[in-house]
Order: sequence, then C-alpha cells, then structure tokens
Amino acid sequence: MHELSICQSLLKQIGNIAAEHNATAVENVYLQVGPLSGIEPELLQSVFPFASANTIAEQAKLIISAMPIRVRCKTCFGESEASINRLVCGLCGDWQTELLAGDELLLERVEMRTDH
Amino acid sequence: MCDTCGCNITPGNKHLIQANGKLATTESGAAAVDVLTNLLSENDHQAIHNREHFDKHQVLALNLMSSPGSGKTALLEASIDALQHEFNIAVIEGDLETENDAKRIRAKGVTAIQITTGSACHLDAHMVHDALHHINLEPLDIVFIENVGNLVCPASFDLGHHYNIILLSVTEGDDKPAKYPVMFRAADLMLLSKSDLLQVIGDFDPGNAEHHLRQLANAAPVIPVSSRTGDGLSVWIDWLRRQVKQHKRGLLIGERIIPNIQLLRNTTG
Repeated sequence: MHELSICQSLLKQIGNIAAEHNATAVENVYLQVGPLSGIEPELLQSVFPFASANTIAEQAKLIISAMPIRVRCKTCFGESEASINRLVCGLCGDWQTELLAGDELLLERVEMRTDH
Repeated sequence: MCDTCGCNITPGNKHLIQANGKLATTESGAAAVDVLTNLLSENDHQAIHNREHFDKHQVLALNLMSSPGSGKTALLEASIDALQHEFNIAVIEGDLETENDAKRIRAKGVTAIQITTGSACHLDAHMVHDALHHINLEPLDIVFIENVGNLVCPASFDLGHHYNIILLSVTEGDDKPAKYPVMFRAADLMLLSKSDLLQVIGDFDPGNAEHHLRQLANAAPVIPVSSRTGDGLSVWIDWLRRQVKQHKRGLLIGERIIPNIQLLRNTTG
C-alpha cells in the first residue's frame, strides 16, 4: 500500500502551490495516472480523505484521469495501443517497442479559492 | 521528473498544455494552476542526489527486488563469497522488522546496515540516504540494496541506484512477469533463482519466463542461478564485474548510469 506515501507527497506539493498563491482552500485536484505507474487510482481515492484531513486540501475533490498505454515500434515505427502486460507492437507484433504514454503519475492541475 | 523542460508532456496529455495556461480562472471563480509535476518528484530529487553520492565515490549501487523468500540474501552471501577478495562491498538491508538479514551479511565480514521500515512496504530514496550516513563509501566498489520483499510497491521508487536486479525464483511460476508487469518492466537484469530446483519443480519453463519479460518490451538479460549449488553463479558474477568496470570507466569520461526504467520515464513523463 504505497498509495499513502504517494498521497502524502501529493499533499506536500498541493500545500506548496496553495501557499504560493495565498489560497484559502483547495477545491479540485486533477491527476493523471497511467496503468504502468504502479498506482491504483481507486486506492489513491480512498486514502486521500484520510491523508488530507486537517490540510488546506481537506475539502478538495480528487479527479483522476486514467491514461491509455501507447507504444511506438522500433521495427516498423508504427504507433499502437497496448495492454499493461503486453507492450508489443499492435501492428507488426514485435516486442521491441518504446512506451509513448501510460506510465504517468502526474499532478496536472490544482483549483483553489483565493482571497483576491 | 523535471518541472520546467516539458519532459512530462506525453501524447496523452499534450492537449492540456497551453501557452498562457499557468494561472487561469475557472467558471466558479477559483484560481487554477496547471502543474504537470511527477507525484514522486521529491523522492526522485533525493534519488538523484544519492546517485551523485555513489558516482562521486565510484561505487556501483544495485537494487535487488523480488517476492519475499526468493533468495535475495542467499544470493548476496554467495556473491560476497565469490567477490570479497576482489571488491569492497557493503549491503543495505530493507525489511519490515528484524536485523536477521544484516546479521547474515555481517557474518561474512561485510558492512551491513539494516533499515527496518515498520509497516512500510518499500524502501525510498530518503531511507537509503539515511543509511548512507552510516556507510563510508570511500573504499567501496559495490553497494547492494536489498529491497523489501514485494513485487508491487518497490517498483515505484528510484533509490538512486544504477541497476534494478529482479529475482524470480523458479518455485514461483514462470508467468510472474505477466502478473507483475510494473515491477518486471523495471528489470535491468532478471535472475531465475533457486535454479537447482528446476528439475524438481518440472513446470517452470525459463523460456516462458523470458517470453513474458520480452512481452513487456524489456530486453534485460536473464540468468538462471543457484546460490546453493553455485550453478550459473559465475555468469552473474561476471555480469557484476563488467558493470563495476564499466561504471568506473564511464565516470572518467562523464558517462552516468541510471536504471533503464528511469531513462524511459524521463522521456515519457
């Protein structure tokens, strides 16, 4: 259950951003989580209320976008969608691909109330 | 990883990036800040610092990951026996509780620092940094970091090491890479441990294990090894020798080694 450590790290970043903009409360937090990040979005959702208690983000809604897995083939140079344990080229079947997307673990956007 | 250069931008999210998008106002009047930083950026910064530390002292750092009981400590004991007249070695041991593994390593006359994580299921870069305060890196050639036995959580944390060594014991089933793709995708080397049991087990096919690893677009070498009989050990030891030399030689010309998975992450977010 490393989602809690991730959540604490997230809250630290949110805290810094909120302080930088003199926010009074954080309303919405947008994340991008790819399947290959190793993080379960549902677990992150369920620990967030506990981790955010008594922080500036305690009323905040966590909005997580699931990202697709995409690969580019090193042999045929085609791009295709792939699944988490089958990162092979969807066009020619070669396994030598590079990951284009799907391992994101990103804080995308923070929406907050400010005094001014 | 990087907050400013745009390396977090992938085909999946680039539509979100706007030239003037730094601070905007939502319909409800709230202030909105577009960020795109990695949630583990704090750990990653510490990891980079740790790696600089290792590089400054020309020490190769290896992160050993596997399920509990796949033979990480036994492999270290056998590797120390084979290498201790050639290289100076230290070990950082990660476990939820006990000093048992560190004691086994110390019995070989090698410095071992035990990190007991309590309930934490993985090591992170900060824990490794704290452990480094108890190790004199100056005379060392290799630091092995034995991560907490767990095929899930440790995969997400860069410790500042150079290579990920993942053990898959032949008693576990050859489809483990398909079941734990995030972990096995991170392997720079996969060791099939307890290979002396292959004949007894019967249904573990090393070819299948390698096939499942390749399906993750991972070209890492695969070495069957038995710490008990010494079978395959020389291949692993030769790999180690090569990496120690390559690392030291590379540093002379400013070449740095980082785990392949971190390289991939730098370009994809």
